[in-house]
Amino acid sequence: MATVPQAQGAISPGPVPLTGTRRRIARITAVLNGRFLFSLIILVLILVFGFLGPTIFNRPDALVTVGGLYDSPSATAWLGTDNFGRDVFTQLMYGTQTSLIIGLLAGLVATLIGVFIGTIAGYVGGWLEEALMAITNVVITIPSIVILILLSIAINNRSIVTMGIIIGITSWPWTARAVRAQASSLRTRDHVEIARLSGASTLSLIFWEILPFMLSYVVMAFVLQLSSGILTEATLSMLGLGPSGSVSLGIMLQWALLWESVRTGAWWAFVPPTLFLTLIAFSLLLLQASIDEIFNPRLRRS
Amino acid sequence: MSMTQVAAAGTQKTPSPLLEVRDLSRTFGQGGHAIHAVDKVNFAIEPGEIVAVVGESGSGKTTLGRLLLRLLDSTGGEILYHGQNVTRLHAGGGLKRYWRGVQAVFQDPFAAFNQFYSIRRVLTKSLNVLEKHLPEKEKLERISAALREVGLDPSEVLEKWPHQLSGGQIQRVMIARALVVNPELLVADEPTSMLDASLRVTVLNLMTDLRKQHNMGIVFITHDLGQAYYISDRVLVMYHGQIVEQGPVEQVLLNPQHEYTKRLMADVPLLHGRESILQKATDWQE
Repeated sequence: MATVPQAQGAISPGPVPLTGTRRRIARITAVLNGRFLFSLIILVLILVFGFLGPTIFNRPDALVTVGGLYDSPSATAWLGTDNFGRDVFTQLMYGTQTSLIIGLLAGLVATLIGVFIGTIAGYVGGWLEEALMAITNVVITIPSIVILILLSIAINNRSIVTMGIIIGITSWPWTARAVRAQASSLRTRDHVEIARLSGASTLSLIFWEILPFMLSYVVMAFVLQLSSGILTEATLSMLGLGPSGSVSLGIMLQWALLWESVRTGAWWAFVPPTLFLTLIAFSLLLLQASIDEIFNPRLRRS
Repeated sequence: MSMTQVAAAGTQKTPSPLLEVRDLSRTFGQGGHAIHAVDKVNFAIEPGEIVAVVGESGSGKTTLGRLLLRLLDSTGGEILYHGQNVTRLHAGGGLKRYWRGVQAVFQDPFAAFNQFYSIRRVLTKSLNVLEKHLPEKEKLERISAALREVGLDPSEVLEKWPHQLSGGQIQRVMIARALVVNPELLVADEPTSMLDASLRVTVLNLMTDLRKQHNMGIVFITHDLGQAYYISDRVLVMYHGQIVEQGPVEQVLLNPQHEYTKRLMADVPLLHGRESILQKATDWQE
């Protein structure tokens, strides 16, 4: 008779395999109820306000004069007027739009560069890793605000796109460093070695075997970069180095400061943009944290 | 295909072994902190031979496996495949040819499969090492044949994702993955240690079948002396990166010469005496 020992001490396979689609949906909906949904709603509202607001409220021009210096809020100008007699509410919509676009561009550029450099350094290793990380560390050491100011001064006509790219190319190093660490640890995973044994080229290994495993991480990095890009734009604009010929939340703050809105008590000139910047950054950070919770079960409270 | 490789390589008078390892070493770190994971190892494998590498964890057997597979660069010595030095091959061209003849099965089948891709995709990709691009139909035929050979129904597993299969199934898919390119040497790194005891026999028998059917040489890395006894012709005992004893399985395990081998034998759990290993092996065979 067979005395095959039954599966008593069955060793469960190492890492928890991805559960079925249904489990995943259940897992996501569990998190959806809380912070994720909250931050998403705020973000969608802000997006609608910035991008559809001008059409909804029929405000085609942000820079048209509708009243006098710092008129207080009224039925026509809901948030009063600014130093040039322009409607603050209209500016807030266009400003939000500009800030979001710049942030999005900056986040995209920074994430792309960071992921590219980080993955190459982490996967290839050796002298290339040393060289790329040396460059990264140099860029980190130079205060990015200095590079930003110099770049902004050097470029006379700063469009929204230029601003986004400038901010993007100064803020990638942290992403690159974090991604390098991830890629470096993924490199020796079994599935990567199996793919190597299957004759996959380095490029396809990076693309098909490394990047998918970092996707959640990259998404989170992007959200953070987006939020910091918006804040950086505000910083630059307050220094008078914002995009030329348009309104952004930072530019609104710059005008409000230059034209003494705080001293004259014209709160409607500086409170709304500040509030919106805070709200955008807050909801993005909340979103990032809740994405983290979806991807990383260990952070979840049962 | 493998036969032509043999013919191409066999220009010398004396037939060289399938794989020969000379003074192979791998050192991690430098100076006082250097760890000699594999230290001047010498052995050879003939076609169709099953060689077990046994040793405790940290003895360097997994590193040796990675070196043989050329997934890890050696720091000394050389590996000869059909008498040709493959130690310095690069990923560009030569390594791909080497991997046509030498394939692997790893310990943790769930970690070895990319969770994002279906079984079909992983198996199709493993055909990439082949020289020429096969038509889709032939690809599917080869994959199906390999799956059937490991006792799986292609229509059942091909469209599945790794997490939808059981440990035993996925480990067999892993063996099928190596089989699709019809290698001459299989490096199996603890292929059974993540499996239920009842499934281990299946995998072990599968390996002996492969040897019978394809005259495939197998390097079987394990910490389990019983499995080594059951499956292999020869045993290499590794200790601190060195091969302290090697020879035919009966000779080494039933009459160990080296102190470490004796200790390993004494540590075989639940059992007392050398005969028990035999007993364990026969238990499985029934």
